[in-house]
Amino acid sequence: MNQQLLSLAIWVPILGALPVFWAGSDRRCLVRWLALAVAVAGFLVTIPLYTGFDPKIAGMQFVEQAPWIPRFNVQYFLGVDGISMPFILLNAFITVMVVLAGWEVIEEKQAQYMGAFLVMSGLMNGIFSALDGVLFYVFFEASLIPMYIIIGVWGGPNRVYAAIKFFLYTLLGSLLMLVALLWLFLESRGSFNILDWQQLQIGMKPQILIFIAFLVSFAVKVPMWPVHTWLPDAHVEAPTGGSVVLAAIALKLGAYGFVRFSLPIVPDAAHYMANFMITLSLIAVVYIGFVALVQTDMKKLIAYSSISHMGFVTLGFFIFNQLGIEGALVQMISHGFVSGAMFLCVGVMYDRVHSRQIADYGGVVHTMPKFAALFVFFAMANSGLPATSGFVGEFMVILGAIKANFWLGFLAATTLILGAAYTLWMIKRVVYGPVGNHHVAEMQDISGREFLFLALLALCVLGMGLYPFPFTEVMHASVDNLLKHVAVSKL
Amino acid sequence: MKTIYLLVPLAPLVGSILAGLFANVLGRAGAHTVTSLGVAISFILSVIIFQDVQAGHTFNGTVYQWMESGGLKLEVGFMIDQLTVLMMLVVTFVSLMVHIYTIGYMAHDEDNWPEGSKAGTNSYQRFFSYISLFTFSMLMLVMSNNFVQLFFGWEAVGLVSYLLIGFWSVRETAIYANLKAFLVNRVGDFGFLLGIGLIAAYAGSLDYVTVFGKAKELATMTEAVTGWPLITAVCICLFIGAMGKSAQFPLHVWLPDSMEGPTPISALIHAATMVTAGIFMVSRMSPLFELSDTALSLVILVGAITTLFMALIAIVQTDVKRVVAYSTLSQLGYMTMALGASAYSVAIFHLMTHAFFKAVLFLGAGSVIIAMHHEQDMRKMGGLRKYMPITYFTMLIGAIANAGLPPFAGFFSKDSIIEAVHLANVPFAGFAYFCALAAVFVGGLYSFRLIFFTFHGDERFRHAAEHHGDHGHGHDAHHDAHDDHGHHGPVEPHESPKVVTVPLILLSIPAIASGWLIGTVLYGNWFGSAISIADTHKAMATMAHEFHGIFGMMSHGVMTLPFWLAISGAATAWYLYIVRPDLPAVIKQKLAFPAMILEEKYGLDRFNDWFFAGGARGVGRGLWKAGDQVLIDGVMVNGSAGAVGWFAGLTGMIQSGRIYRYALAMLFGVVAFLSLWRA
Repeated sequence: MNQQLLSLAIWVPILGALPVFWAGSDRRCLVRWLALAVAVAGFLVTIPLYTGFDPKIAGMQFVEQAPWIPRFNVQYFLGVDGISMPFILLNAFITVMVVLAGWEVIEEKQAQYMGAFLVMSGLMNGIFSALDGVLFYVFFEASLIPMYIIIGVWGGPNRVYAAIKFFLYTLLGSLLMLVALLWLFLESRGSFNILDWQQLQIGMKPQILIFIAFLVSFAVKVPMWPVHTWLPDAHVEAPTGGSVVLAAIALKLGAYGFVRFSLPIVPDAAHYMANFMITLSLIAVVYIGFVALVQTDMKKLIAYSSISHMGFVTLGFFIFNQLGIEGALVQMISHGFVSGAMFLCVGVMYDRVHSRQIADYGGVVHTMPKFAALFVFFAMANSGLPATSGFVGEFMVILGAIKANFWLGFLAATTLILGAAYTLWMIKRVVYGPVGNHHVAEMQDISGREFLFLALLALCVLGMGLYPFPFTEVMHASVDNLLKHVAVSKL
Repeated sequence: MKTIYLLVPLAPLVGSILAGLFANVLGRAGAHTVTSLGVAISFILSVIIFQDVQAGHTFNGTVYQWMESGGLKLEVGFMIDQLTVLMMLVVTFVSLMVHIYTIGYMAHDEDNWPEGSKAGTNSYQRFFSYISLFTFSMLMLVMSNNFVQLFFGWEAVGLVSYLLIGFWSVRETAIYANLKAFLVNRVGDFGFLLGIGLIAAYAGSLDYVTVFGKAKELATMTEAVTGWPLITAVCICLFIGAMGKSAQFPLHVWLPDSMEGPTPISALIHAATMVTAGIFMVSRMSPLFELSDTALSLVILVGAITTLFMALIAIVQTDVKRVVAYSTLSQLGYMTMALGASAYSVAIFHLMTHAFFKAVLFLGAGSVIIAMHHEQDMRKMGGLRKYMPITYFTMLIGAIANAGLPPFAGFFSKDSIIEAVHLANVPFAGFAYFCALAAVFVGGLYSFRLIFFTFHGDERFRHAAEHHGDHGHGHDAHHDAHDDHGHHGPVEPHESPKVVTVPLILLSIPAIASGWLIGTVLYGNWFGSAISIADTHKAMATMAHEFHGIFGMMSHGVMTLPFWLAISGAATAWYLYIVRPDLPAVIKQKLAFPAMILEEKYGLDRFNDWFFAGGARGVGRGLWKAGDQVLIDGVMVNGSAGAVGWFAGLTGMIQSGRIYRYALAMLFGVVAFLSLWRA
């Protein structure tokens, strides 16, 4: 049983989606409860991954290996280490939140909606656990499809433009990755095993080319400046659940790619390109921080805020110290909770007023005090307040950056001011003040279901802020190993 | 003993959680009981711990390990020594008084909310939840034994301050003020975090004892990238944090606006405790600051500017709370000067006496505001003495203490600061001494102006209704906000209920007497190893040598310049507001330009709004439109999509499917081929 945990994490949601599709959208009650049951089961099967995880082992755990396409030596090869394991739990948890969030508000084709999310959840788990290049690529590309459908079918008025922009942007990026994967296959004399690739000796020129190929693919996913413009559009058009998964999980795939592929496979190129990567990251933090300030659409604002926060992640990776990398990983998990919660909050308001414009709100606290308390809490987490998870990752990355170079820390720390400015200015205009208009006056406070998912996320955010020890504990060995590996030249 | 330390911050936290989450179950009485009880427990335990520390039992230990990464062990833990325990006493005592006072002050808070607002239904409980949460955060801050927890407390008090300034969230001015407070504080925290980062990078630890142990070593290093002397860079970064929290020029701009919050929190947070966190922090870091004269001279300079220039603004304020707010700024400046003069114990001593007398002044002002039905303009008061004698006498005590007259508490602490600054030998100490002296006169003037204007003279509130609206204070939008809910017209003032007056009386006792502890606190080596002073900074040693008991200090004090400056300030106020109440208007007319500068608060608010707030929005808009929309989306993304389309169109044109076009192309091709071949 212990041997198939990762397969369960992948296939329980995907196969569980079948009965949901089969139930059909006419039987909405059945669909919801089935979807919830599958999502919860999907989450439960991931828990042993944490409880059974040995933090002292740097390598892969829960490994499953079987031939898949023997002709090309492609394997069904799964395994997690301290870097990837937390994301599987995060993904499975967020899926439950998404099902709860779509409970009543999705009125059309609910079975397909729920099913799409379940399938995507399984595929994402596949990405985080695949140790075979082809398997990774298949999951990576396949996860585009449900997201494309979610935006394209349940999205806003401009959904087709956004869906195509999202699809083309990310597809074009990953085509170059495919070239890199094939090159590595040939170079390794016929292996798609990612762990084997990490041991390859590669010359500087090919290293740089491979790095760039991966960079194009992952940078789009993260997204890094300047290939970020698909994200605000996708978020604005996506339904709430789509935004949540996009922000909480999909953005992490690119960042994960850097630590799984770019850093260990081509470390010399990674060092060579580090200044370039750091520059892009800091532009994301500062430039995007300013851009977020002037957004008038809440979802766009949070989308830009996501890009800015992800800048911390890539910054943390490319300063090559333990604080930086672990901080980046913590930031990724935290951002999963916080940005997911922020999008859910906007969704809660959108369901009532059908607007995302800041100007259409004002004084929400007077009609929805419970909601306002949670929204302000998440906003504070988004501005990196200590005792929330939002602080931990930023703090570690800033500390790591100062260790690497004072000015990097200086620029990164501007997020303290910018992040608070754009988040709390939005809060001021949306939550506080006199009641803005009759739509706001008629808003009903959150229901028990809405309270449930927001409160659960709030507990995660608070718990991780007060006691991040368990999160960093599982990462130490793997990150340490990664850093040692990256420090050795492959030339 | 460890459990008892843990109980001190946890008791108010539990009270806060109960009052916040179970507001409806507990009701009003339940909420104020659990929170007050929590703070009372913490006060009593603080007294017990105080006695324990007096007996020589200090403590430094870990509660739990927060995180570990990159060789950096970060823990939550307590350090209990003289400095901590003094702060714990001040915080819990003032907090307890404010809790009790709030029962009276917020009794009719539902009137402050618009009809039908659900946020207004349990605002009373929420208020208690917030002030208890504040007490918890402040205790975590002062009890910390490491920088991370210090930063946690630091930001947490900022959060509660944010929530409380904007407590009446229906008022535009309140939610403007709280955002401003949070952001200005974040500017300070930006520096603070960089300081912490430098310490982590070079000392390899964020634990106080470890870092202080390495202080000498750090003093010899230079920052690798910038080449700055490390210890100076660290101290200046940390001090920027203190400037934000303790509202030092030019980061002071948030404090006057914070008066938009309910008065109890102005007393607790924006006078007695939170704003003194910066003073506490620098004192705690004395082993670091002592090693950088450059940092100390910056500290004394900033303190000096704040002391004098903020006191000057207090003279022209007409809002009773804003007078006290600017007075607080000036007093914080005094404390900062003391830090710069290496007289940390004096700064902490003034922090303590100031906490008492400023709490009295704020709570007294609140009492007046209730009596005047939420009118804060002193021009519509006057002659209140006979209606509210207890408020009058307690506020008088506060004002005398604030002006620094013997034998009230403020005299001992303020006089010691002036003496310490006089004796200091860092750069800018001379300028600081001048500012300190000048501010004594101004302090006497504004303190007694407050008393005379409010409690003596004409009963202007009787004809306030006719004069309503013609005051020349229009740029301060907060007046309009108050007008929304204020009840105008003649009012019959009356003394406030006991829940309000008893805390006033209890606080005015230490406002008189706490100064008498000077011998013990300053000169008996009471702080022990909690504060360290370099041998080259001799101010404290000289003062200890010259100190001959409190009576000696008083009899010497009345013969020195500061005493007479304070007296003449008070006399000026008496002449201007009792003898010739027509004069201030004349003076203001004659000195229109300086008066305008003061009323405009040196134009800093306008500048900040225009340059920082407006500038940031401009930059954001520019980057968004020009960068994201035009360059990236317009040229790169849609441009490349367009290019693909254009190229497709082009190739499509070639493959038109018409035979004659193919034939023509073939003909051209053959001709070209043949001509090339021939050549």
